[in-house]
Amino acid sequence: MTDVNVNKELKIKEKQEVATPAEQTRPGAIFAPHVDIFENDNHLTVLADLPGVTTDKLNIDLRDNVLTLVGDVSPYEGPDEKDLSIEYEVGRYYRQFTLSEVIDQSRIEAQLKDGVLRLTLPKVEKAKPRSITVSAE
Amino acid sequence: MFYPRLFSMPTFSSPRPFEELSRMRRQMDRIMDSLMERQTSIMGAGVFPAINLTEDENHFYLRAELPGVMTQDLDIQATARNLTISGERKLEVEGESAKYHRREREGGRFSRAFALPKEIDAERIEARMRNGILTIKVPKAESAKPRRIAIES
Repeated sequence: MTDVNVNKELKIKEKQEVATPAEQTRPGAIFAPHVDIFENDNHLTVLADLPGVTTDKLNIDLRDNVLTLVGDVSPYEGPDEKDLSIEYEVGRYYRQFTLSEVIDQSRIEAQLKDGVLRLTLPKVEKAKPRSITVSAE
Repeated sequence: MFYPRLFSMPTFSSPRPFEELSRMRRQMDRIMDSLMERQTSIMGAGVFPAINLTEDENHFYLRAELPGVMTQDLDIQATARNLTISGERKLEVEGESAKYHRREREGGRFSRAFALPKEIDAERIEARMRNGILTIKVPKAESAKPRRIAIES
């Protein structure tokens, strides 16, 4: 990252289990992925850590200003493996955000690489800030 | 059981007050057990990254969730029984104009030593990074593999 963080030691961060609004039909834990959200003048960008999620198992949905991320993780253990020590659990990833900006739905870009989702949501033209110059007579 | 008679209290609504107590104690034990179990399984060693260890007949499998960690930033060292995983998670630097709303992802260095329960064949370890999950396949040493003993009749 930046120079400031080069010597930072990474701490373990427990996966956060969440409850979904509706009950699940399939049993299993559901986790909230860690995200970074930032915006600049043109875009709103969401970065989410989704280890183990493949592109075909990731579902991104935006309707009525609510962005929903759902990622399924297929268990990666082989059938003959026995657990010896388990420090983290795997399960579905689920998180929802209400967006305050108006997003241009046709130009949304999503990229999943090495377990990190990068979602670029372009703001529509009229929502961009415009500086208004006041002319004095 | 002699105490119900010794401490017989007619004011108790339940005819057997101690039975009620021991039932409550059993319930508490159960709650405590489930709490303790959960803690050990999730907290682990408390060192990043969390590692799941599994085995089959010939291999140990270590798995860790390392989203966004590049293979060139990872270093895995092995000795007869120990594995060390160290590396750095570098987060991309966003432009100056980026204004953050949330910042939950973290970057930084990490290093973890892990002792395996049996001897391993350090020469033939395979490591693979896929979708942000590191899988290390560690062959067990010949001496550590179970051997079927023929019984003479």
